[in-house]
Amino acid sequence: MNEGTELPAIAAILTATLLIAGAGITLIGSLGLLRLQSFYERVHAPTLGTTLGTSCIAIASTIYFSALGSRPVLHELLILVFITMTTPIALMVLVRAAVFRDETEGKRPLGGKTENEDP
Amino acid sequence: MSMLLGWSITIALVLLGIGMACAAFRIIWGPRAQDRVVGFDTLYTNAMLLLLTFGIRSSSTVYFEAALIIALLGFVGTVALAKFLLRGEVIE
Repeated sequence: MNEGTELPAIAAILTATLLIAGAGITLIGSLGLLRLQSFYERVHAPTLGTTLGTSCIAIASTIYFSALGSRPVLHELLILVFITMTTPIALMVLVRAAVFRDETEGKRPLGGKTENEDP
Repeated sequence: MSMLLGWSITIALVLLGIGMACAAFRIIWGPRAQDRVVGFDTLYTNAMLLLLTFGIRSSSTVYFEAALIIALLGFVGTVALAKFLLRGEVIE
């Protein structure tokens, strides 16, 4: 914001649009985390923020610093690739832990047959 | 044009802060432990995006490195908590 006067108009508009879009999508995901009913529904909502929200804000940052420095600055893509690759791994491990905990308490976690159940 | 970017950065910061508040409520009220872990995952993702936005606001790349460290350690933390919920031990 301090040196925003040097920024070209198209870069400023793109950065502003992508920032608001990314923050809004992340907020929708967080509201879904707050509002949805069961755990297996809630675990879906924050992935909006980790995929689309992170993509939008990382690309906005890339555009801003590239336009500010008059050279391509690509290090935000590191965060984008890392978050996009690791979030599914973490959430799959977490959901398996949740299924295991529900099974040891004798509940049917998804309301039907589970994959670890003997026929 | 600078005013447009400044206002959009402020709005994005407020939206991400509300998202962090939602995740914090889920951590506090979460009926079970796995809900709290999902809330923690959302909280650190929102904090990382907040730092990226703040880096744009201050035109400094230092915040990018902090965001990268949050992303790395948050993943490790979520997997360790999930492993703890699964087995009762993190390292067996």
